[in-house]
Amino acid sequence: MPGHALAPSSSAPGFSPQGVAVRLEVNGKSHALTLDPRTTLLDALREQLGLTGSKKGCDHGQCGACTVHIGGKRTLSCLTLAVSVQKPVTTIEGLGNGALHPMQQAFIDQDAFQCGYCTPGQIMSAVACVHEGHAGCDSEIKEYMSGNLCRCGAYPNIVKAIRQAKNATEKH
Amino acid sequence: MRSFTYHRPAKFADAVKFTASAALSPTEASVQFLAGGTTILDLMKLDTMRPEQLVDLNEAGKEYRSISHDRDELRLGAFVTMADAADDPFIRENYPMVAQSLELAASPQIRNMATLGGNVLQRTRCNYFRDPSWPACNKRDRGTGCAALEGVNRKHAVLGTSHNCIAAYAGDFAQSLIALDAIVEIIGKSDARQLAFADLHVAPGDKPERETVLAPGDIIAGFRIPHLPFARRSLYLKIRDRESFEFALASAAVALDLDDKKVREARIALGGVATRPWRAREAEAVLKSKTLNDDAMRHAAEAAFAQAKSHGQNDYKIELGRRTLIRALRQAAAMEV
Repeated sequence: MPGHALAPSSSAPGFSPQGVAVRLEVNGKSHALTLDPRTTLLDALREQLGLTGSKKGCDHGQCGACTVHIGGKRTLSCLTLAVSVQKPVTTIEGLGNGALHPMQQAFIDQDAFQCGYCTPGQIMSAVACVHEGHAGCDSEIKEYMSGNLCRCGAYPNIVKAIRQAKNATEKH
Repeated sequence: MRSFTYHRPAKFADAVKFTASAALSPTEASVQFLAGGTTILDLMKLDTMRPEQLVDLNEAGKEYRSISHDRDELRLGAFVTMADAADDPFIRENYPMVAQSLELAASPQIRNMATLGGNVLQRTRCNYFRDPSWPACNKRDRGTGCAALEGVNRKHAVLGTSHNCIAAYAGDFAQSLIALDAIVEIIGKSDARQLAFADLHVAPGDKPERETVLAPGDIIAGFRIPHLPFARRSLYLKIRDRESFEFALASAAVALDLDDKKVREARIALGGVATRPWRAREAEAVLKSKTLNDDAMRHAAEAAFAQAKSHGQNDYKIELGRRTLIRALRQAAAMEV
């Protein structure tokens, strides 16, 4: 079972953890890793697997830059321990299957970013927002994209991008 | 984050065996449970919580992930996510207060992760509690004092405070549970038990480090909400600094049983203003059998905050809380059900 690994059996208080065997399925590929239990999914993706698309903004669940899909649901990888992950993970790198996902294309078409740091998280969140059925109108999009901050203030164009990509994303 | 050992037991019976000393406060305890992780991993990164053993309940919690209802009650498993409960069609139609208190909380990502059981146990957002570089916090380190009393306390509580702690209870869903007379089911080391949700949390008093009556090893298994037909006329109104993904400065959970304009029964809970989930029974009593007009609503709001005590920067919360309640009552009365 993916990721179904437990810590070494010592349960003595203050036991200093060694590496724990973790199996992660990311973007369709299975990875066997040995991780400190403290390793977040975000750090495992970035530091161990070289998937640096998911960004570390606040590292406290307040900015959304680290958003990935776990079992198809948008999740904060900075507040997820890698050792606890039981379902397949999709990151921005695995979204498009080699080509740009319609949501990625829409962000380009609508000029929906400036510095781009929050963009992978915005796009992962935007795809989930559509799949959840929460992209019905602009106010609903704004409410259901509130977990992703953009300090450049590209919000109006992010809403436009989601509107543009909504139909194609529903079929994707 | 400090080192810890990670465990993922298959059953609650195995999870409850990992218990910390009861002499330690919930924050200090060396064994901590992990559900959605959105509170505890945050606090571990801040070094506010320093468990040596982290017990992941999600494998064992798979049995407690369902929502069901019959003629008597609505049952919510503790491991249902906030998002799944907020999206449940039965809850949305029959208990709009519950759905709104969930969907107006946190962000979509956090609602996909956070569980209902963990949500009611979320810790305060008091910055003196969260930031261990502040030496004074009775909730974090017993007997060290309260930096908020004369510090930055704009978001702190005005109800249920003590001279030891004025940290606000941050949750929204708990206000629905307390308003609807919910029961909480607990699995502990010895036996399963249940208690009124209203008795789960305790005000700080002289023991601010203790926030609930849960003992080491206790796990919340679920919630039961007794059937309440008039809860179709209910809502959760949340007032905050920004429109979304923000904690309440003041909020009101309101359900009204109306006979034309006359109140047969009102249920009222207040968020963002108290140290624990807060049922406003005095306000409910004022409204009972009264015509719901401006006078009655103002009197109810005054009764709700009669015992309020503020500390400077949060003086505004008393009037904000009253107005939030009045607006929630008006909106509930106007609902088409």
